[in-house]
Amino acid sequence: MSLVDFLLSNGREVLELALEHLFLVAVSTGIAILIGVPLGILLTRKPALSKPVLGFANIMQTVPSLALFGFLIPLNLYLFHVKIVGGIGARTAIVALVLYSLLPIIRNTFTGISGVDPAIREAGKGMGMTDRQLLFQVELPLALGVIIAGVRVATVICVGTATIAAAIDAGGLGRYIFRGLRANDNVLILAGAVPAALIALAADLLLGTVERVMRVGDGVKGKRILWGAVFALVLVGMIGVTNLFSGKGADRVAVGSKDFTEQVILGELLAQAIETKTALKVERRFDLGGTLAHDALVAGEIDIYVEYTGTALLAILKGQPSSDPQEVFKRVKADYASRFKLEWAEPLGFNNTFAILVRGEDAQKLGLKTVSDAAKISAQWRAGFGQDFMSRADGYPGFAKTYGLRFQETREMDLSLTYRALAEKQVDLIAGNSTDGLISRYRLFQLADDRHYFPPYDAVPVARRTALDKHPELRGVLKQLGGILSVDEMRKLNYAVDGEKRQAKDVVREFLARKEWTK
Amino acid sequence: MNSEQTAIEFRGVGFALPNGRALLADLNLAVNSGETLVLLGRSGSGKTTTMKLINRLLDPTSGEVRVEGRPTVEWDPIRLRRRVGYVIQEIGLFPHLTIEQNIGVVPRLEGWEPAKIRTRARELLVMTGLDPDRFAARFPRELSGGQRQRVGVARALAADPPIILLDEPFGALDPITRREIQQEFRTLQAKLHKTMVFVTHDIGEAFVLATRVALLKDGQMILLGPPAELLASSHPEARAFASCFLDAQSIGGAK
Repeated sequence: MSLVDFLLSNGREVLELALEHLFLVAVSTGIAILIGVPLGILLTRKPALSKPVLGFANIMQTVPSLALFGFLIPLNLYLFHVKIVGGIGARTAIVALVLYSLLPIIRNTFTGISGVDPAIREAGKGMGMTDRQLLFQVELPLALGVIIAGVRVATVICVGTATIAAAIDAGGLGRYIFRGLRANDNVLILAGAVPAALIALAADLLLGTVERVMRVGDGVKGKRILWGAVFALVLVGMIGVTNLFSGKGADRVAVGSKDFTEQVILGELLAQAIETKTALKVERRFDLGGTLAHDALVAGEIDIYVEYTGTALLAILKGQPSSDPQEVFKRVKADYASRFKLEWAEPLGFNNTFAILVRGEDAQKLGLKTVSDAAKISAQWRAGFGQDFMSRADGYPGFAKTYGLRFQETREMDLSLTYRALAEKQVDLIAGNSTDGLISRYRLFQLADDRHYFPPYDAVPVARRTALDKHPELRGVLKQLGGILSVDEMRKLNYAVDGEKRQAKDVVREFLARKEWTK
Repeated sequence: MNSEQTAIEFRGVGFALPNGRALLADLNLAVNSGETLVLLGRSGSGKTTTMKLINRLLDPTSGEVRVEGRPTVEWDPIRLRRRVGYVIQEIGLFPHLTIEQNIGVVPRLEGWEPAKIRTRARELLVMTGLDPDRFAARFPRELSGGQRQRVGVARALAADPPIILLDEPFGALDPITRREIQQEFRTLQAKLHKTMVFVTHDIGEAFVLATRVALLKDGQMILLGPPAELLASSHPEARAFASCFLDAQSIGGAK
């Protein structure tokens, strides 16, 4: 599908995301102006402050955006019982965007006012202007062009950085970019990047015009444009603030997901299951990068998402690896309950771990069922592994040792290429992910890990206890979801989205229909 | 001394920078109401410093400056400055305001009615030889140097202050325009009877405009009197300025 086709057939969604994007930029820039301009003025009155303040603003700009988001999410700052910082979503994104936009605005206000001809300032003073009169009648009007140039730079920075805000579920065109990066889909990436670039260009052009008018100092026309801009900003800001702080309704449940295909499918599965079986409204907050989903759950920004037992044990609890699925599940369940007040539900039924794969025809011909079976003949085989598997702690070295594997040749290649290499008989055995859709597409066979070398990564919904207590019907839904998905079914769903480029919500709806999930 | 007659008085005034360098030492000087006192001297002689002490852009580090009988340090600087018109070296017109708005700055600060400000601005444009219909709505950058100077003078006169300070107002003009504007200014002066303090390094200008001349050198006043006194003085600095003036006269005479 070409970019134009995509934009035409998804026009509504593109427009919605573009509006979300504009909203993020307008609110952030507006707040940055409200903070930055007075601060810049203060610096001209107290020059001793200029070094520390500009230094701080400078440092904020060098902090990588994802790191800044990660730092802001666990913070929980309140002002008059209204949450200002913390958690996922537009609020935190706006705080970060404001921090990024401050520097050009403060700096240009400061240099703009400092740059006013001293003779003109002296004339004003000599004519008996007070400091305030001098500021509002002489310095600010003359510095306006430079200040607007700063706003222009800030706005363009903001449009760019706001794409990254999609990583913390703040919406905007970044959603397409992240989705496209994950699915390795260039059209999707461009569908986010091109409109974002157009917004940046349009903002630059518009503010450039305002700036030119201001620099010329054409009183009446400039004033009218300026008031128009201020009015528009205040309007967008007010709509935004009411939106941001309206809060979740009592009968709403927020479902989250991490930022890869399988997780989006599982998030959709939870959401549709809840929608079908209960009267609750579901808010979808998908595509949370890294461990943001966990952070968001702990912060109460989402109520539920699907986690993997091994990930919870190793990445979140930082526990010692174990290969016993039952033991791992018991441990994470107990620790989550005591440390986070989070409840693990019934496992969904599949384990997304490393999968040792051979061609289906080979497995049949040679009667292979387990890795131990393959170990007997491995000396004649060539193996292909991804870089990650070759280097990680629970990867190749321990694996080969556990099963006494020796290959004729071991090739290291990109993970995505190993499947094709196996199908095309360039290698005979690979290590993939057990739920990968390509396994069914290439008719590969997964050998059982009979010595339990790989840690279990059972997929299980994790929910906030308070949410479950408030909506007891959720417990019933989660119980029914127990064991609903086999590895094979998960592979097929993944392939439907990744391979056939279908929408996760359609794929899940069909799946639930097959399972006869109705009201 | 009668304060009715004395508009501005310097009593043993000194001014030194924070680093200790003295710009002005022990200045004693009285400016009479209605007279035009020209502060004459080379660059760095202390003329502009003397002027800024009058409207409290600077405070004396020793002695006191009295305006209308009151020491400047007792004046509210804002009130004082609105009673003292000010035309500065680089004109200092506000580039973002029209000519009419520039002239109306002090009346506006004083809270005049907009209609009254408008009438006053137009009246002053006529008085300084500029056609209000042509110039009122223009911006300073659209005017020639001479026209801008006239606006500068008009602006200083706007709120009808009893005292006007002029810091080399005609310094940046070409000689012919300068001569014209000096003549017009003298006519204006005769009509208005304001107390004026006029800073210049051009002795020709001093002769055209001054009731009295105060000659400054290195922060000291070395002579005070009518222009003719300057020509008669035997002080080397006075003679230096005088010979400049006489040379110019003789060239003019030979023409």
